[in-house]
Amino acid sequence: MTVVETAIVSGRIDRPVRQRGVIAAAFGLWRARIGAVIVVLLVGVAVFGPFLAPHGATEFVGPPNTNDVPGLLFGTDRLGQDVWSRFLLGGRTILVLAVVSTLIGLFVGMVIGLVAAYDRGRLDNVLMRAMDVVFAFPNLLLALVAVTTLGRRSWVIILIVAFTAVPRVARITRGAALGVVERDFIGAAEALGESRRHILGAEVLPNVAGPLLVEANLRLTYSIALIGALGFLGFGVGLNQPDWAQMINENRAALSTAPWGTLLPIFAIGLLTVGVGLIADGLGRAVAGIDRGRPS
Amino acid sequence: MSERSERTIDTASTRSERTIDTVSTQRHGAGDDGPALTIDGLRIDVTRSGEDIVDEVSLSIGAGEVLGLVGESGSGKTTVGLAVLGHSRKGASISTGRVEIGGYSMLGLSAVQLRLTRGALVSYVPQDPGTALNPALRIGKQLLEVLETHDFGGSDAARRARVDELMAEVLLPGTPQFLRRYPHQLSGGQQQRVGLAMAFACRPSVIVLDEPTTGLDVSTQAHVLDTVRGLCRTHGVAALYVTHDLAVVATLADRVAVMYAGRIVEEGPAAVLFDEPAHPYTRHLIAAVPDMTGDRGITGLPGRAPSPGHRPQGCSFAPRCEAATDECRTAFPSVQLVTIGHTVRCYHPMAPIAIREDLRPMARTIDPGADAALTLRGVSASYSGQTVVHDVNLHVGRGECLALVGESGSGKTTVSRSVGGLHREWTGEILMGSIALARSARDRPVEQRLRIQYVFQNPYSSLNPRRTIGESVGRPLVVGGSSSADARRLVGEMLERVSLTAAYAERYPDQLSGGERQRAAIARALVSKPEVLVCDEVTSALDVLVQAAIVDLLADLQSDLGLAMLFVTHNLPLVRSIADRTAVMADGRIVEVGPTEAVLTRPEQEYTRRLLADTPQINETHPAMTVPTGLHDDPALTVPAVAVPELDV
Repeated sequence: MTVVETAIVSGRIDRPVRQRGVIAAAFGLWRARIGAVIVVLLVGVAVFGPFLAPHGATEFVGPPNTNDVPGLLFGTDRLGQDVWSRFLLGGRTILVLAVVSTLIGLFVGMVIGLVAAYDRGRLDNVLMRAMDVVFAFPNLLLALVAVTTLGRRSWVIILIVAFTAVPRVARITRGAALGVVERDFIGAAEALGESRRHILGAEVLPNVAGPLLVEANLRLTYSIALIGALGFLGFGVGLNQPDWAQMINENRAALSTAPWGTLLPIFAIGLLTVGVGLIADGLGRAVAGIDRGRPS
Repeated sequence: MSERSERTIDTASTRSERTIDTVSTQRHGAGDDGPALTIDGLRIDVTRSGEDIVDEVSLSIGAGEVLGLVGESGSGKTTVGLAVLGHSRKGASISTGRVEIGGYSMLGLSAVQLRLTRGALVSYVPQDPGTALNPALRIGKQLLEVLETHDFGGSDAARRARVDELMAEVLLPGTPQFLRRYPHQLSGGQQQRVGLAMAFACRPSVIVLDEPTTGLDVSTQAHVLDTVRGLCRTHGVAALYVTHDLAVVATLADRVAVMYAGRIVEEGPAAVLFDEPAHPYTRHLIAAVPDMTGDRGITGLPGRAPSPGHRPQGCSFAPRCEAATDECRTAFPSVQLVTIGHTVRCYHPMAPIAIREDLRPMARTIDPGADAALTLRGVSASYSGQTVVHDVNLHVGRGECLALVGESGSGKTTVSRSVGGLHREWTGEILMGSIALARSARDRPVEQRLRIQYVFQNPYSSLNPRRTIGESVGRPLVVGGSSSADARRLVGEMLERVSLTAAYAERYPDQLSGGERQRAAIARALVSKPEVLVCDEVTSALDVLVQAAIVDLLADLQSDLGLAMLFVTHNLPLVRSIADRTAVMADGRIVEVGPTEAVLTRPEQEYTRRLLADTPQINETHPAMTVPTGLHDDPALTVPAVAVPELDV
């Protein structure tokens, strides 16, 4: 005689509802929503601004550093160019550079972190010590050296900013993945003889996506700040090209007489980092909540 | 050896004294002092929704008495245990009822009052001492801290003396060297003894123990249980022992309360409750506990306990109960007295239930070695150069189940992982049929990998939470080169075969219960039609009713598919329900191999005898009431009629 349990006996099944994803849970939090609104606004400015700019970037529209030129919202800058137009035109560079460099840094760091966590042997040691070495350099100094020796080109800035992001991402990924590679489903995949690439990409990666997402946002704020700092120090892209960071540098001498040329880009960069940071914070809380097994 | 035999005698004498003790405590409890702990009409809600987690819980424990609170995971037993400390977990709140210790209410206290009460009046021994002790503080310091917090003894000298006294009480050396150790320098059993010492430090009148022996080996567990019993008796402490392990309760508790879906369904003196369980659920629980020496098999129970918010009108057990009538579905039964001190909440107490009375026939005659599906010859395995498995020789015949039993650290899992190709550091020969296997799974040809399959211990860890069940179960087929349509069809069939439905393929692991997950993991192991199945502690993370059902399923599949199975476990009584032969492992060596019946009833080795003696058992004078009919007779309880694929192996 056999007794077989069936999971679907007696009709009535109560089943835990599947937990919301990290992103859905994060945007249930006000901080993430506010962050998202800020970021959408500023990205909107950067993307659609150039179409709305009333004047050209290098068009002389009035005397330099004046506030009350008729028809101009925020006056003119040190060369008599329209501050508002240059503000609308100047967001793209920093955003594109920041996003692209963050993505590259994220990808490279992620691969290194996953490989290191899965190996846990000599390779792990070599990789992580190499990351420590990179980590030990002051980021800004490294960027300045690279830009001065290789020239002020976009790709140099992108690569160097990406490079500075790699060790942090690698560490975070490795830390998160260490817990995952111990779990039995990795053993199950190994027993099936799955390739290393499959195990890392298809089994481990989806389980560290949460912390990685948080880290991506954090890295983005750092990239914005670093690119901003480079621009402010005069190592941004192209002289007199409209760029928020460069605007701060160019116009700061007239801060007391014509403040908008400096204040507008400062607000923009500040708000952008705050917005992205708020989203990162929301994601972080969502990840922590989900990891503790309660739907935030 | 002599120390061991003394202990055994000691246990026996304590057992015989229990009845006398119970009588005396009952007299004591009825006296003017009243019970040490009174819980009355306790209800704890989910704060947000107001759904009840536990309701109508009433208990009382006299001084020196041990009450075992038994239930499956999710039954609310830990919630009740924490309420005794005036605590409710985040998201839950105590809505009505009384919890009183010696007439002093534990509910509605301020944070300061709670802090003063906990440790002094009532204390708590958590499940895992490894995480409960502060790893950064020496154990002597931690013990002193408890005493200082409550200003016990009044002076440092008195407190030091108390620490020495405590160490003696929990049978640990009280030397300065020992007290200067950090928790990680102690064994699991020693850590739990320190946990006990901390709980008993300020001589509380009530102590709550939350599965304190779950992570321990049977022999360590036996010793810790002895200590708990001794301390409660000597110092007149009322103990609430929360556990899912009926066998532990049977050896320790004076009285037992059984919880189901947040309510106490039966309560009574331990001897009475195990001899004459009245509630069908209690009888199912007892029937699911493997019996080491008797001739009873184990029986699972279909369905699962309803969670808060999903509890049916009427008796919560009615949907799973064979004896349920319309009456059961209208209102929750009130408390009925069965005999003095034995109460039950059931409209049909003593109604017959269908359980397996006989053991699975083990009459399969397997010619040893002649046609072995799996052979291990001189296998030694090591971790970073240190040998942990020495010269293991085993064989598993086709269609045979070999159990590999041992305590933690015996090397049994290392052996099974070496067979599965997950552990690479081994020497010797592992043969599948006549083919020698490579060390690592990745070095074995795909076809060999698919013919040996592995089921892992913990179903909460063995399924990737980001993949659907269908993806996980179908993966071996994809690796084997099947088309996705074929894979989907075979996965559906296999899920039906393990008593799930094809619809489970779309679900994610977090939507499944532990038992369902383990079924899915078994489906994944069997979908590629393997010859050899390695099961590594597959039931240790599961409740006893689910364990019974999973073992039953594995035994059925094994005989139907003619699998050679290596069943690794630490649960000695369990092997009787599944294994033809049993190998006992200790310190990396096989100490005894033989037919299961012989190993369990007539062990030849001293080690096996000790292991058997330490294993807690329910001493049923007569097991749960049985009816000779099977569940087949009730169409509602049998497997849904599905086309079961013929798996020709």
